[in-house]
Amino acid sequence: MKFKWWHGVLILALLLAILSPLASSSPDGLERVAEDTGFIDVALAPIFNIFPDYVIPGVTNETVATILAGLLGALVLFGIGYGLARLLRAKGEA
Amino acid sequence: MHIPDGFLSTPVAAAGITAAAGTIAYAVKATNKKMGEKQVPMMGVLAAFIFAAQMLNFPVAGGTSGHFLGAALAAIILGPWSAVLIMSCVLMVQCFIFQDGGLLALGANILNMGVIAVFVSYFTYKGIFTVMRGSRTGRLVAAGVGGWISVVTSALACAAELVISGIVPWQVAVPAMGTVHMAIGVGEGLITVAVLALIMGTRADLLNLQQPA
Repeated sequence: MKFKWWHGVLILALLLAILSPLASSSPDGLERVAEDTGFIDVALAPIFNIFPDYVIPGVTNETVATILAGLLGALVLFGIGYGLARLLRAKGEA
Repeated sequence: MHIPDGFLSTPVAAAGITAAAGTIAYAVKATNKKMGEKQVPMMGVLAAFIFAAQMLNFPVAGGTSGHFLGAALAAIILGPWSAVLIMSCVLMVQCFIFQDGGLLALGANILNMGVIAVFVSYFTYKGIFTVMRGSRTGRLVAAGVGGWISVVTSALACAAELVISGIVPWQVAVPAMGTVHMAIGVGEGLITVAVLALIMGTRADLLNLQQPA
């Protein structure tokens, strides 16, 4: 298969997912405001859990668990984005 | 700034879901039978890239972090309606699979980060690009400002929803959300400019994928 431009972008996205354990774990802007003004406790736990906090459960090494979650999410979104665009594509286009 | 469940009152959450669903339905209608040959893989890789980039929280002042949003980048590359679809897909996957952002708050989160951020950055980008006569510098400046303003307006929309929900007074929410996201927005602007410069230097033709809005 010939290497196309978008293969490069997909690889870049997967590389970013591999870097995800390096992300800052500080609260984000909204969480910071919620903590400082005292309404963070109003937050409810999720109604159901699949892979909460971008960690694949059952993987003991948290770095690996985060990388796997990142790769999984990026691949799922590639599939959804590509599939959706195919459904919406113009007549006669590949 | 993914809102968890509990922060929004039921009417605000319901209004968010209605507004988001209506906008997504219109976005599907606006893009249907219009996706070109190169737009199909672009929609896929951009969704993957935005998801992965959103995981990379960077530190801003005072023990706070922020992350790339991607609404401006998607709007610039693919136009606003395709960008609404991409951002909605990313936010839904984050909500359903990774429990980032509440289930009932999903509509509000799509409205803030996938609709308001997209349109504000798109029109800001278009306006500055036109004023600067479509030059290379003009495009990059427009992308940077578009990225910054997308994060700030998205945060202000979030603040407004919290205020209407009665969880925090506006005198507190607006300056607090505004200030921290003015800092986070700088990161958004820089990343948007960097990615756009990379595309312009390698495959400038990919910037002309969008259909006339």
